[in-house]
Amino acid sequence: MTTITINGKDQSFNDIDPAMPLLWALRDHAGIQGVKYGCGLGQCGACTVWLDGFAVRSCQLTVGALEGRAITTVEGLATATLNPVQQAWIDHDVAQCGYCQAGQIMSAAALLERNPSPTDDEIDAAMAGNLCRCGTYVRIKSAIKAASGAMTASALFYNAMEAEEVSA
Amino acid sequence: MNQPSNPIANADRRDFLKVSLGLALSSTGSISMMSLASAEASGTLNAYVNINADGSVTIYGPNPEVGQGVNTSLPMIVAEELDAKWEDVQCEAAPVQQQYGMQFAGGSLSIPMRWDEMRKMGATAREMLCRAAANQWNVPRDELTTADSMVRHGPSGKSAHYKDLVAAASLIAVPDEADVRLKAPTDYRLLGNRISNASAEGIATGKPIFGIDAKVDGMVYASFVKCPSIGGVAKSANVETIKTLPGIVDAFILEGTPGPISFDIRSSNAIQSGVAIVGKDTWSTFKARERLEVDWDLSAASQDDSDAIETEALAALAAGKVEAEIERMGDVDAAFANAAMTAEATYSTDFVSHAQLEPQGVLVSAATSAVEVWTSSQTPVFITSNLAKLLDVSPGNITIHQCRGGGGFGRRLANEYVYEAALISRRVGAPVKLQWKREDDMAFDYFRAPTYYRLQGAVSTEGQLTGWKNLVASASADGKTANYGAGYRPYDFPGKVIPNVAVEQSFVKSQTPTGAWRAPISNVYAFAEQSFIAELAHRAGQDHRDFLLNAIGDKGWIKEGDMASLNTARARATIEAATKAAGWGRKLPEGHGLGLAFFLSHSGHIAEVAEVSVDGKNITVHDVWVAADVGQVVNLSGLENQLQGSVVDGLSAMAAQRISIKNGAVVQSNYDSYPLLRMPQSPRVHVDVLNSGYRPTGAGEPALPPLAPAVCNAVFDACGERIRALPISKAGFTIV
Repeated sequence: MTTITINGKDQSFNDIDPAMPLLWALRDHAGIQGVKYGCGLGQCGACTVWLDGFAVRSCQLTVGALEGRAITTVEGLATATLNPVQQAWIDHDVAQCGYCQAGQIMSAAALLERNPSPTDDEIDAAMAGNLCRCGTYVRIKSAIKAASGAMTASALFYNAMEAEEVSA
Repeated sequence: MNQPSNPIANADRRDFLKVSLGLALSSTGSISMMSLASAEASGTLNAYVNINADGSVTIYGPNPEVGQGVNTSLPMIVAEELDAKWEDVQCEAAPVQQQYGMQFAGGSLSIPMRWDEMRKMGATAREMLCRAAANQWNVPRDELTTADSMVRHGPSGKSAHYKDLVAAASLIAVPDEADVRLKAPTDYRLLGNRISNASAEGIATGKPIFGIDAKVDGMVYASFVKCPSIGGVAKSANVETIKTLPGIVDAFILEGTPGPISFDIRSSNAIQSGVAIVGKDTWSTFKARERLEVDWDLSAASQDDSDAIETEALAALAAGKVEAEIERMGDVDAAFANAAMTAEATYSTDFVSHAQLEPQGVLVSAATSAVEVWTSSQTPVFITSNLAKLLDVSPGNITIHQCRGGGGFGRRLANEYVYEAALISRRVGAPVKLQWKREDDMAFDYFRAPTYYRLQGAVSTEGQLTGWKNLVASASADGKTANYGAGYRPYDFPGKVIPNVAVEQSFVKSQTPTGAWRAPISNVYAFAEQSFIAELAHRAGQDHRDFLLNAIGDKGWIKEGDMASLNTARARATIEAATKAAGWGRKLPEGHGLGLAFFLSHSGHIAEVAEVSVDGKNITVHDVWVAADVGQVVNLSGLENQLQGSVVDGLSAMAAQRISIKNGAVVQSNYDSYPLLRMPQSPRVHVDVLNSGYRPTGAGEPALPPLAPAVCNAVFDACGERIRALPISKAGFTIV
């Protein structure tokens, strides 16, 4: 048996092959289907999730190696409100077929967690592992920039609020 | 779609229907109004419109959604005429039922085929709501106005929400078509705006809305292993060993359909022979494949070799081997004899795969005579009749659920994976989720056909393009007709525009299944034609844009009233807009080049200009300017997205996508050997949508064909090297 924390809840996997990729454990045994199968080789990024906060390809991780680790999928990205990246994806009408977009969103949100104001080259580098045959890269980039702006503005706002409190 | 007065994309429709689908035009066609009002009060005003008690409005999209945005744009058309408040509209996929007519996604036809019908549906529902209000308030109908899901009576100040009128409206006899007024485009409030995809939030939050996500209680999982050499038959396999493996519940051979692989997707339920492995989850079935041993009978299998096909095709072109005439206009020999300059070049293109991100995944419950299917098919309309034959059940007992497709591009016009799953489900007596591996998807595609062109042009002493010859070498299984998607369609340009034209056909044997790949035929022919016109302009010492505009001329509509026809004014407007936006003629940085191409397909007049820089064999595509005329804009955001995406997809395909075939089997297996363009290679894309005022036509395909020639023309401008084969990786070029 392996127990993994998925979107904040412990999930035990019983009686499954420990060599099963996390992708298929999530899809077939945990009811988590936002994570998508595209290639099974770590080539396309459709199965991107966070492992302890870092974007990884879930088709390349085996369940048996994840005891006690924390996984976040697109279903667990929103808190009280949508993650700014999810909101930007909706506002910029990024998706065409939408199949790759959960993976794109997980890569983009991981980027902005660590680098709230990425340059174009940094966006390119962070997103190079996520394929989109519909060709929505133009909008993905603009949505990331918008989310970056929203997050930066939000951070500035809260920083300012904290400063007010300190000085009051 | 079979409304005779509807001048939609006739040529593209004709080709799509005849070549790709073989649809019977006499079949149900679009329905229309429900013939009678309901006997009981309800929220339903017709098959597309339901007004709910909470004030929301459900509008059904009849056609499959595979990323082209029709589950947003089609309901928008209804909502416009209904005057529904868009924020309260819920877009739903319609069930697959005869009343919804031709439920398919292909040929960029969803918008044009549904345009009249969807407007009438909205307007009729609105008229019924108004009549209900007029009755209730005892006021003249003509004094009522509507907006934001409300009916208002100006003189009395009365108003009512649709939700409070719909029960009465649902009992009213459906008005005569003549009494239903459609809006003038100047009165549109919703159409032409940028509206986010109706499923945007579901996609961004990971809702299980794709075919691959379908689940039902008691289902088992299956994998289906076919012979790598297409058409090979499973003689025997170690199924008893497979059955003992962990998580496996059954394994068996499916005989498949005898004979060559069919692309008769309307009436064929053919499947290839193979071994089904059934298990308790997807991974168990994938893992068991590693232990599978099959003895294949290759006697009927394809023996194709893509290198040999290319060699034979190029030899046929060089020898001028003409096997059929496609079209002839004027006196071609005289035009070439009298020309001031003639030129010749041979262009070639390879097999490519669809490689949509969602591999085929389908859920079929066929254990009993009540059959249910959950699928991302582009042609659900054909599944019912084919499954009924295959399973010997009544069509009325088959329910098909339309799921969102993770990309279509023509691949999901064929439904063989549905038939595979149905046979496996019937055999095991349980609902079956069949999941193709990516490797299955790449090995068993209906590929874009390789096509080869020997082009010759004649330019007069006045500098005019007066003669055009094209010998097309097409893949053909029987040596008499081009395989699906491998032929040539008589385009208005050059055929009806250049005064002297001959297009002739040569065949090269190929058994590999081919099909519709985004903008079929146009996506390869445009590369040859629009590159060669740039070559002619260069050799004639003329500016490419001026030469192209001159060649297109000013005849206006080539076939008045046919939206698929060339309109030279629309063509010129897009060429002028794209070149103006790109700054055609400006001084470029060292190593940079600009390239132009224009193409009309699927009724869309599209011009594109690319700016590239070339460093050795590395090409950077910096910017692409697109000018598009697809008539009345429905959803501007969706349209712009299709135009941007077509540019990226076009660049992706031309860069390095190539399927090679050895011994009848596909060599490439996954994205590591068959690369899709990645974000760092992706250009900036600038789109300019021209508002010509014509009827709306589709946007899923027409912006792809001009991309490859625009880029190759830009490469020539930058470095003087002419690329005449796709993908450009064959000539050593890389998109960086």
